[in-house]
Amino acid sequence: MQALKQSQPAGGLSFARSDNSTLVIRLAGDWHLRHGLPEPDLVLKQLDTAPKPAKLTFDAAGLGDWDSGLLTFLMGVSEICHKRNLPADWSPLPEGVRRLMELAEAVPEKTGARHEVIHSSFLAELGQTTISYANGLDDFLRFLGEVVIAFAKLAVGKARFRRSDLMIVIQDCGANAFGIVTLVTFLVGVILAFMGTIQLQQFGASIFVADLVGIAMTREMGAMMAAIIMAGRTGAAFAAQLGSMKVTQEIDALTTMGISPLEFLVLPRVLALFLMMPLLCVYADCLGVAGGAFVSATMLDISLGRYLEETKHAITLTMIFGGIFKAAVYGIIIAVAGCLRGFQCGNSSSAVGDAATAAVVTGIVYVIVACGMFAFLFNILGF
Amino acid sequence: MATTLSPIKSSDGKAVSVTKFPKDGPPPITVKNLTMAFGNFVLMKDLNFTVNHGDIFIIMGGSGSGKSTLLRHMLGLIEPAKGEVFYGDFNFTKAEPLEREEMLRHFGVLYQGGALWSSMTLAENVGLPLGEFTDLSEAEIREVAALKLALVGLKGFEGYYPSQISGGMQKRAGLARAIALDPEILFFDEPSAGLDPISSRLLDDLILELRDNLGATVVVVTHELASIFAIGNNSVFLDAESRTMIAHGDPKDLLAHSTDHRVQTFLTRGAEDAEKSARNHG
Repeated sequence: MQALKQSQPAGGLSFARSDNSTLVIRLAGDWHLRHGLPEPDLVLKQLDTAPKPAKLTFDAAGLGDWDSGLLTFLMGVSEICHKRNLPADWSPLPEGVRRLMELAEAVPEKTGARHEVIHSSFLAELGQTTISYANGLDDFLRFLGEVVIAFAKLAVGKARFRRSDLMIVIQDCGANAFGIVTLVTFLVGVILAFMGTIQLQQFGASIFVADLVGIAMTREMGAMMAAIIMAGRTGAAFAAQLGSMKVTQEIDALTTMGISPLEFLVLPRVLALFLMMPLLCVYADCLGVAGGAFVSATMLDISLGRYLEETKHAITLTMIFGGIFKAAVYGIIIAVAGCLRGFQCGNSSSAVGDAATAAVVTGIVYVIVACGMFAFLFNILGF
Repeated sequence: MATTLSPIKSSDGKAVSVTKFPKDGPPPITVKNLTMAFGNFVLMKDLNFTVNHGDIFIIMGGSGSGKSTLLRHMLGLIEPAKGEVFYGDFNFTKAEPLEREEMLRHFGVLYQGGALWSSMTLAENVGLPLGEFTDLSEAEIREVAALKLALVGLKGFEGYYPSQISGGMQKRAGLARAIALDPEILFFDEPSAGLDPISSRLLDDLILELRDNLGATVVVVTHELASIFAIGNNSVFLDAESRTMIAHGDPKDLLAHSTDHRVQTFLTRGAEDAEKSARNHG
């Protein structure tokens, strides 16, 4: 008797030759899945041993209990027989085994059903990834164009959406986001001031911490931090909401009712973030300055009045409005990225998660790209 | 069921004709040489059929044969690889988006899971198309929405959200929304899916009532034999193997006269194959 794959198999497998041309596979004892399966190589070895058998049969006289473990082994044998064009006599097997095998083989494998794994070269992978990123940018710009057209319709009073939906989204991405914006931007102000203090103290220029924090927050960090928070919070939520609506065919229902999903679902979301982001930016600027003032008061003994006076001298209206303008643009980018990913969502629950993740990644990447472009543009314009 | 609504408005606010498919005009739906494909993979080709006034037209076939995909092509949710869909003499496939939107207002669609907008109550779901496409006042919209919900057996559920009602009720609410504008063509995607036999039969009865009393033409995607024979008077059979339609006509006639074993096997729930198998083993 040959050994089975597991150390203590319950079933038994052995081979014999009834004559020189027939291989007999003897099945004995109990064959249970939980006790392991024999290696298919054992049968192959026997078939390759001279004299090579021209026929195969079974001896199941000693076979006890069996389950799908035996069937799995026999299906493997059947496949070997088919491949080698070797006739097999299955009749000695129990009727139940034969009927289940017939059932498993009743529907032949569909041509082309099996997925073949294609290994691409590194260069091909790189090329495909680049093309997919380029297509992604193309999709984004196309979608942005459609949003612009929808805004144009809104401007002439022809866009269709529920005002109550707009108010709900405004509340969600405005007032409801205050808590997280407060925490993060205050801490950003604290961190900026702390880092600045360590360096500036060496030159006896501690008071310039107020300049550092004030300029950094109003020019870049206020809008940027608000954007990153909203990309993770609201952009992902937009993608998940629209993705779920796609999965449940709610978007199809709008389309087949003659209502543009872009106007009905995207417009209020983009509009809400476009309106709320500047407010969040101003709020973030104030909280960042407050964080800096807190560090200055506790570490440098600079009074609140002196700190604010220095901040007032350091920042200009151009910086504040520049930040507000950037925040409005970031708001549009985050909303468009979230809605686009939601619309591109597949038809499964995991696709909704993927869409939310993609929305955050796309939103943050495009916000950073836009930030770089603004830095370049503002430099040229002398802001 | 004779609810008189304000005329349906087009995108520029003008009223559009309420009767789009007069009885003495061309058939309400004609599908010509339609090929459905995803990239290089052709799902179905050479689909040609006509749906006549007042038909309850069944799109039938096995799982994965492309029944729902055909419905999505007919509704313009997927662009065909080849061929055209006509509504009356209007070429829907070649139409501009705005013209399509206007045509879609004459349709009602019930999706597999109901596809109710989850952030709105049932009354708001039914009322949305009324608010968008008619001049009804808020109070009138509430009344009409309540009537439509009552017609599908959901009287008193106006203030419920979709998540607060059962799957069968969601489906009925979806139907109430689909008939909100008294559409001339109703599309049903697997209306019996997920319903118990009694709810399924009640929905079939409702479809018949709506056809008879609204004068609508109905297209139903289903593989439920009981529904097919109970309500269908015209049909097309899609075959996944040959990737085309292999039968077209009244399902009862197909059962009685079709010589194609695939159609017979489907319509007899595999009884023909079982009979053959029994003969072979006997």
